Amino acid sequence: MNYQFNWSVLWSGQSGVWLLQGLITTVEISALAWVLAAALGILSGALRTVPWKLARALATFYVEFFRNVPLLVWMFFWYFGVPPLLPRAVQDWIFNHSAEFWAGMFALGVYHGARMSEIIRAGILSIPRTQFEAAMAMGLTTFQAYRLVIVPIALRLIVPPATNDSLNLLKNSSVALTISVAELTFQTRQIETYTAKAIEALTAGTVIYLVLCVGIAAIMARVERRFAIPGLIARGG
Amino acid sequence: MLDFGVIVSNFKFLIVQGLFGWGGFAGGTLRLAIPAIALGFVLGIFIGVARLARSRWINLPATLYVELIRGVPLVMVIFWIWFIVPQLLRLPIPEYGVALTAFVIFEAAYFGEIVRAGIQSVPRGQVEAATAVGLTAAQTMRFVVLPQAIRNMVPALVTQMIVLFKDTSLASIIGYVDLTKAAQIVNNREIKPFELYLFIAVVYFAFTYAMSRFARRFERRLTAA
Repeated sequence: MNYQFNWSVLWSGQSGVWLLQGLITTVEISALAWVLAAALGILSGALRTVPWKLARALATFYVEFFRNVPLLVWMFFWYFGVPPLLPRAVQDWIFNHSAEFWAGMFALGVYHGARMSEIIRAGILSIPRTQFEAAMAMGLTTFQAYRLVIVPIALRLIVPPATNDSLNLLKNSSVALTISVAELTFQTRQIETYTAKAIEALTAGTVIYLVLCVGIAAIMARVERRFAIPGLIARGG
Repeated sequence: MLDFGVIVSNFKFLIVQGLFGWGGFAGGTLRLAIPAIALGFVLGIFIGVARLARSRWINLPATLYVELIRGVPLVMVIFWIWFIVPQLLRLPIPEYGVALTAFVIFEAAYFGEIVRAGIQSVPRGQVEAATAVGLTAAQTMRFVVLPQAIRNMVPALVTQMIVLFKDTSLASIIGYVDLTKAAQIVNNREIKPFELYLFIAVVYFAFTYAMSRFARRFERRLTAA
């Protein structure tokens, strides 16, 4: 191989700033999408276990349809497919307010919400049924039983699998480069285009992703120990 | 307004070319997904077995490989292969080769973890019994441990196959004409994004949902046996 390494391209010129901007955008889009995914996941995960048939059917449809279609297709759908159906004024407004970022965030959040939902449902189903019955016997409504008893216990049980999928969300945010969100992978490509130094640029991006993933995993391992319920051990993939 | 006629008039290109990959030029989601699943699984078996090897010279590289790949997005791996392999081999590689290589390398790490968990789920006594009847380590793995392990792995394996099937859409980033790219091409001409992307979403869904249904039936048969 006849390749001239030149690592200084990573800190000379604009590269450093681009990488930093990319990192910030990746963290921003992932964090917002994570909040959306957690909200949708908790809501639909809980609805899939309640004794109301229509609510269960709607939540099941959401989960099965959204998690079984590639994220890339959802990115295109939300960015190219949906805006033309909106009124002209709304279209103009969103395309002046970084539409690609919001479409990407929405696609990522809705997609991972469906996956989070499965994790939360599994967590709820692993709680002994007697907890729910006891809550009912205390005179709580179904809604109160979920809000005060079932969901809080489930959230403490699912820390390991939820961490795993949160890291998937972070990594999947790279798909947003297809709708030209200037996140980390996008910026890596940009450095490659400007400097023609593919190996250096890709190494920089790869190392940043690795550090992010390993760092978050380490923090969450401590959170897991802190929130584990003694006697109730739920281990998952 | 909405006009689903665009799907009928481009049905042949989208499905025959984009989904199955039959016809003039290289493309097709299934033509990429099926070899990627098969090869990724085979490499995954080696990695899963290597991770459990007693020798540090074998299990440490395997562990590093898995941890490295699992900490990086698939898009990044595709770009690595896209830039590096032609440099190394000094000849242009078609998109199909790049995409297949990237998927096999990426998915093997995930398949490897499933294989490792499957092997660890086989009770220790099975290995001891196989050793006692005089099988070598390789024979024990081949005839006793792996057949039982694969049975335990089926649910996780099918989930991973579904993930890989969906991931093949990312091959469109480097220009490979799969179902997603085919929809993009048609959309550039017809400008019907809502109809086209919704249609391919339904096609992907039909395949992945059928796979998960089939897996559930298969699982039930296995537990009954």
